[in-house]
Amino acid sequence: MASPETDRKAGAGGSICRPPTAADRLADRVFRGLTCAFAWLTLLLIGYIVWRIGGTALPAMKRLGIGFLTGTTWDPNQQKYGILPEIWGTLYSSLLALSIGGFFGVAIAIFLSEDFLPDRIRVVLKATVELLAAIPSVVYGLWGIYILIPMIRPLANWLHVHLGWLPFFSTSLTGPGMFPAALVLSIMILPTVAAISQDALGAIPARTREAAFGLGATRWETILRVLLPTASRGIFSALVLGFGRALGETMALAMLIGNSNRLTLSLFSPADTLAALLALNFPEASNLEVGVLMYAAVILLTITLLVNIAGEMIISFSARPGGGRS
Amino acid sequence: MKATPDFTRNLTEPRALKSFILSTLTVACTLLACVPLFSVLYVLVIRGGKRFSLELFTALPPTALDTGGGIGNAIVGTLVMVGIASLIAVPFGILAAIFLAEFGQDTRIATIARFSAKTMTGIPSILAGVFAYAAVVMVTGTYSAVAGGIALSLLMLPTVMLTAEESIRMVPRIMREAAVGMGCTPSQVMWKVTLPAAMPGMITGVMLAVARAAGETAPLLFTALFSDYWIFQGGAGDLMEPTASLAVLIYNFSGMPFENQIELAWAASLVLVLMVLFLNITSRLISQRKR
Amino acid sequence: MKCSPLVRTAIIVLALTLAGGSTAIAGSLRITGSGASFPFPIYSTWFKIYSRAHKGVIIDYQSKGSGAGIRDFINHTVDFAASDAAMNDSEIAQVKEGVQLLPMIAGEIVLSYNLEGVPELRLPREVYPAIFLGKITRWNDPAIVKANPGVTMPDLPITVVRRADSSGTTFVFTTHLSAISPAWKNGPGIGKTVNWPSSSRLVAAPKNDGVAATIRQTPGAIGYIEYGFAKMAKLPMVLLQNRAGRYIRPSIKSGQAALAHARIPADMRVWLPDPEGDDSYPIVTYTWMLFYKNYKDERKAEILRDLVRFCLHDGQKLADRLGYIPLPANVVKVVEKASQNIH
Repeated sequence: MASPETDRKAGAGGSICRPPTAADRLADRVFRGLTCAFAWLTLLLIGYIVWRIGGTALPAMKRLGIGFLTGTTWDPNQQKYGILPEIWGTLYSSLLALSIGGFFGVAIAIFLSEDFLPDRIRVVLKATVELLAAIPSVVYGLWGIYILIPMIRPLANWLHVHLGWLPFFSTSLTGPGMFPAALVLSIMILPTVAAISQDALGAIPARTREAAFGLGATRWETILRVLLPTASRGIFSALVLGFGRALGETMALAMLIGNSNRLTLSLFSPADTLAALLALNFPEASNLEVGVLMYAAVILLTITLLVNIAGEMIISFSARPGGGRS
Repeated sequence: MKATPDFTRNLTEPRALKSFILSTLTVACTLLACVPLFSVLYVLVIRGGKRFSLELFTALPPTALDTGGGIGNAIVGTLVMVGIASLIAVPFGILAAIFLAEFGQDTRIATIARFSAKTMTGIPSILAGVFAYAAVVMVTGTYSAVAGGIALSLLMLPTVMLTAEESIRMVPRIMREAAVGMGCTPSQVMWKVTLPAAMPGMITGVMLAVARAAGETAPLLFTALFSDYWIFQGGAGDLMEPTASLAVLIYNFSGMPFENQIELAWAASLVLVLMVLFLNITSRLISQRKR
Repeated sequence: MKCSPLVRTAIIVLALTLAGGSTAIAGSLRITGSGASFPFPIYSTWFKIYSRAHKGVIIDYQSKGSGAGIRDFINHTVDFAASDAAMNDSEIAQVKEGVQLLPMIAGEIVLSYNLEGVPELRLPREVYPAIFLGKITRWNDPAIVKANPGVTMPDLPITVVRRADSSGTTFVFTTHLSAISPAWKNGPGIGKTVNWPSSSRLVAAPKNDGVAATIRQTPGAIGYIEYGFAKMAKLPMVLLQNRAGRYIRPSIKSGQAALAHARIPADMRVWLPDPEGDDSYPIVTYTWMLFYKNYKDERKAEILRDLVRFCLHDGQKLADRLGYIPLPANVVKVVEKASQNIH
């Protein structure tokens, strides 16, 4: 706000060092106050959203109670609603996507940030990866239907025939299902994970790296024991954002997951997610059903919150040995 | 122990071998991950590229029976709405992030705000639309570009905020301490030292957020609706009128049985990606020049 | 160089303000509508043609689903709406200005399938409900083979593709199934979304294009989509057995034959769950536009009446090419008369 101006004056003033003037102090307080206000605003915003959604959901919450979470049928005709299969499908698909997309995303980030490549190619590759975040969901969905599913069909059939006794492969691939959906989802979160992790790795001062090399560490000892722990916070928030995107993703999933409220471990069976349920039913919902859908939205927000808390705890536990080492 | 250490890489040594194997694996992983990424891009270019002409950018969308036509109004609409969304989300997100990362580092409010932002990442896009419908469309009584922008800003905010916080935190402490030592107030340190150093990371965050916002359909369908005409053609209301966007156009046209519309949907997807690419490159160039 | 983006923004803002201002003086009228996606291709064509012919009038219609359209209509965020399932009494009661429903066009719903070497498929009345109930699961089931003499039915499992989104199409299709099959009526029943049987061979895809794409990519698939869509997408369509026992190919003609058997009541809400007549295609439906009976702006009401007139006369001529069934002449008369209630 006011501070850049005062800064410029200071720059013209000759000496580099000088104590802050009263105006500087005032600007400082105003600016700090402003940042604090916006932090509060974030809180108010989510509070307002939850209040708004919760308010719409309340009648449905009272009527359906906790049985909503454990029911497995969705039948507007008989006013019977249950979202256990959707909760399961949401968690299952997002975790699958996070483990695939997260692994590859971090691998790409390492590849792009640890001088494997000349600078110029690196910049181009990074821009390409970021730009993939812009491809509309619908396009990923179409790509999945026309290219991915036919491609994985032989593999899926082979797995079903030879390893069908495993619950993961217990049904044959109909077409749309959990596996293609999770694969496409992992591709969709890849740009987020890769780009943010790469920044986190790139922001580590060169000295840290040099110190590790100087101690005789190989490149991978440096990466695994020094760089990844140092950038762990950044990589974690990359994963959080990726996971959030996976939880909330709608159209591509709606096109690929088969939207069947089945509770199954099988990767090749159709399943459903909360976001898809919301998006597909909302446009035609009656007032009563809107309440039910908002109840589902509250559950989705709660899941996001719980998963983030769990993630935070995992990080704080696992950070200890890493911190000790460096 | 040898008297003169051997510095050449020796793959028979387990540590070097491990390093070599991991490097190979990383390269393999990257290449493997690039296959679907480039496959999607390839499909986009092949199917969307053939409609690239001046008409695409200047004409209005065709009716079901027309041939030709363009997506001009949707491009303008998307730019306007993503612009509004960025005007809200970027300052908001970065200011809040400064508090989280610097001024209010370990305060309770910072922790709660961070959790709020993380929870917001999981808000499905349609909910942002539903929320903006209730908060803006119902209040103003009309679908509008402003409502669309607000809905998109909800989706952008957590990404901008969390990435900005992270990049501010990654700025080495000594840089800040040096500035403080020269008599800067914490705000001056932030403006002159920390923010410029954190710029690349923040741009990544903003770009990812913009990219996502530009491609989202659901929030716009409930807030900006769509229009077959230019945004400022209707007159009086300007930003308070239903507005076209690329995402909604893609959603509608890809679902139509007419070849002309389907081709335009692909072309619009490609335009969307190119727009983000352009923004990405320009913002990086500008931030580099400033330094 | 540094301030050039600023200058550029300023110029753009200035230009846009000017552009906005100048058209404001021209005093054009903007009319917004939203709702059903089923008639979207033809509605948007009508409205664009109308807007082009009438300077100063802009009509925007967006398909977001009948339910959302009705909500918009009740909330007064649009000037008119469209719905595949008309409007029910409790919804109508929420609009204090009064509601005028007008059927504007009709359509058929067809079954499309993906079977190599089966260019023509006939399905009897007791068989296709059973397929959608998951009772008949293979293509070489005796009941299917019997109805298709001379065709070798492949030994493939049947994959049923349904609409994932809540939709008027599902509503019309399930209304028909309930009318011809007691098992369906007592099972899933009628609705925009119903409780489909749970099976790994029953998948859902959003919207017509999603269903069409999934059928195309899945050998042995069958699903229901709109006639216009199947026609444009060149998907094979099943010949369905009608009430009179004959196998009817979906077409404009067989659709109009079915419509000829319906009488329009005063409130304009009419359903044809199982039309009579030898040549009637069994799954047809009207689709409605929703107007207020009283508009604050007299000019708006006048334009809307004129618009309805245009759609009923010139508009119907486009139906054939877009895959819809034009309204029979007697229906056009009734609807035009009813449109005078819009003030």
